[in-house]
Amino acid sequence: MDRDAIEEIEVALLLEAVFRRYGYDFRHYSKASIQRRVKHFMARSSVERIADVTARLLHDQEFFQRLIEDFSVPVTEMFRDPDVYAFLRREVVPFLRTYPFLKVWHAGCASGEEVYSLAILLKEEGLYDRTTIYATDFNEVVLDKARSGIYHIRDVKKYLDNYRRAGGTGSLHDYFDAHYDSVIMAKALKKNITFARHNLASDQVFGEMHLILCRNVLIYFDRSLQNRVLNLFDESLVRCGFLCLGKKETLRFSEVRDRFLEVSSTMQVYRKKCSDEDVLMLDKTASAGEKTLP
Amino acid sequence: MVIGASCGGLAALAQIFALLPAGYPLPVLVAQHLHPLQDEGFSLHLGARCPLPIKVADEKEAIAGGQIYFAPPNYHLLVEKDLTLALSVDERVQFSRPSVDVLFESAAEAYGSRLVGVVLTGANSDGADGLRMIKARGGLAVAQDPATAVADCMPRAAIAAVAVDHVLPLDGIGLLLAALGRP
Repeated sequence: MDRDAIEEIEVALLLEAVFRRYGYDFRHYSKASIQRRVKHFMARSSVERIADVTARLLHDQEFFQRLIEDFSVPVTEMFRDPDVYAFLRREVVPFLRTYPFLKVWHAGCASGEEVYSLAILLKEEGLYDRTTIYATDFNEVVLDKARSGIYHIRDVKKYLDNYRRAGGTGSLHDYFDAHYDSVIMAKALKKNITFARHNLASDQVFGEMHLILCRNVLIYFDRSLQNRVLNLFDESLVRCGFLCLGKKETLRFSEVRDRFLEVSSTMQVYRKKCSDEDVLMLDKTASAGEKTLP
Repeated sequence: MVIGASCGGLAALAQIFALLPAGYPLPVLVAQHLHPLQDEGFSLHLGARCPLPIKVADEKEAIAGGQIYFAPPNYHLLVEKDLTLALSVDERVQFSRPSVDVLFESAAEAYGSRLVGVVLTGANSDGADGLRMIKARGGLAVAQDPATAVADCMPRAAIAAVAVDHVLPLDGIGLLLAALGRP
């Protein structure tokens, strides 16, 4: 048996140990990415064998905490994929406007940059005050970062550019304060955001949502976990509610494909179907590009 | 086979792809550094002058022979052991996403000694670590002749890090890859 085959066994055992000891289930994650993260963690902690990581984490909780931080490297930015935010503003906000109150679920929000982006968008469209945003992640450490809303100032130039491309109508500077090398998101933006721990691999529905965003999370899951999560989203959405995925994520191969309409295939925005009547009405009112999945 | 390229890469790739015949049996995976906001149109542009089909990779897509796959802008492209493609938005490697190292290292683990890695023009050292791993698993390591590269950093770094099997200009690489596809 060659080294790669042995490592494959080691990774499987590691994930099993993490699940049985701590309850975090990474067994249905994409193996190539998990392997990279394990290697990255090993290099940082000077551990030579994956099996040694497993042995240690079983007995050393603090060691496991460091591993879990490396497992969920939050890599996002404000208004990531600005064209998606421009699309939400142009095509989805008009529908959201028809509700007296709004519930939004940002699933897998990581360090929160995209949550604040959406909050800014809703504020500029006059919807923020009637909205509750539930921003969830399985990792407490990144949730704390999201809650604090403190980001490094070196990234702000990029955020300004993204904001402009996303069709921002004000000035991004109005939404944060700069302190030395950090920016802190404004209190007024945090008011209606609830940050909470939720694990897509194991937790259940917790509310009825009008819009769910889950971007660049499903690419890390295998098909069975993707289906679990998409069923969860389907159950969580109100009739005709919206679902926004990452640009390389699609419902096309999922169990729920027939329960959604594709609003935009390039932006990966979907709308939950309701009755035939609703569908007919949607066809009339929604943008010309809207169509059912092939 | 896996190819990594950065600055000047698209023109270099076009030159290589023109030498691969229709019906070429091997899959080709490419990590080309692009602007993160680049749309996927670049592949169409390149495809117009290439006998083989070119596409931007989708997650969980099964790798098919004779198809050229590009990493999507702002995503890493990885190969799973079951020879399907995976994407990630993990942090940049060598300041790059997609990173050549990420593609090469995952492909080396999936393909072992059957893999050919090619490092083309580019202005950083992405790809050197990945090429070392390909070579360590018995694969074939190829670098563009730095004297012929628009930016010579990347092939130079690869040659410094790995005992590469071939250092060739672009048409030489194209002919070599074409020959490797013949039975």
